[in-house]
Amino acid sequence: MPATEFTPWQSLFGGALIGTASVLLMLLHGRIAGLTGIVSGLIPPIAMNDWQWRLALLVGMVSAPATYWLVAGRSPAFHATASVITLVIGGLITGIGVHFSSGCTSGHGVCGLARFSRRSLVAVATFMASTAVTVFVVRHLIGP
Amino acid sequence: MTMSSSLTNIVTAALIGLLFGLGIAISGMGNPAKVLAFFDVAGAWDPSLAFVMGGALIVTAVGYRLVFKRNAPVLASRFNVPAGTAIDTPLVAGSAVFGIGWGLTGFCPGGVIPMLGLGRLESLAFFAAFVVGIALARKVRTMLANARRGSVTS
Repeated sequence: MPATEFTPWQSLFGGALIGTASVLLMLLHGRIAGLTGIVSGLIPPIAMNDWQWRLALLVGMVSAPATYWLVAGRSPAFHATASVITLVIGGLITGIGVHFSSGCTSGHGVCGLARFSRRSLVAVATFMASTAVTVFVVRHLIGP
Repeated sequence: MTMSSSLTNIVTAALIGLLFGLGIAISGMGNPAKVLAFFDVAGAWDPSLAFVMGGALIVTAVGYRLVFKRNAPVLASRFNVPAGTAIDTPLVAGSAVFGIGWGLTGFCPGGVIPMLGLGRLESLAFFAAFVVGIALARKVRTMLANARRGSVTS
């Protein structure tokens, strides 16, 4: 398993950008910057006149690596360690989970905690613990 | 909605998405190896993710305080904020299940979407399955709700 470099300032700066985007989405559109909710609104049945901003936001997000490349001259660091089969299973599990929890890292973890929601606090504590246990089981009990 | 206001909506949403995506790309939140290294306290631990979450949380908490002093958002009629307060089974069980998916892959929804722009099979496979997962869960939830309603009325 490749070790990654500890990047406190870069990560803090990137986190601040994520926060700024979340604040702007609330200020301008009155919406929570939660990707579970934003993507869910694009899965049929789709509400009239409520899909345009969602799709535009996703298009903006997807164009980030190209913009990063234009500015930095290289692609952002990306290394997926899981096999494609595991990614498909993990994607399915993630979709099912976040539908029932009504939010993920962005919706509960950033926006929910920022407005001191009790539901979000419980959600974040639960999924952080569950993720840590899963990583421990996969890396230290089953693998490498 | 007038033509120009809907254009403003779309352009601002796209720019906000770009900013969010740059934050993901710069912070390392879109790099599964880095995300998993944060959770691997027993292995080669990389605490960077705490700085991503911390930075995002501080900015959003302060920003929200200022934004919620307004009566309404700039481009919409009202703030669309979840009103529920119940700590129920779907919330806790759903979060626990999400953690399994995140731990298996290192991908979370907000992290994977910007990385779709790299055109890598890994992100596409996860994201496609993620969308199917939401659609499946929605169907199951509707069926359960209908079954419950049926048993109440009969």
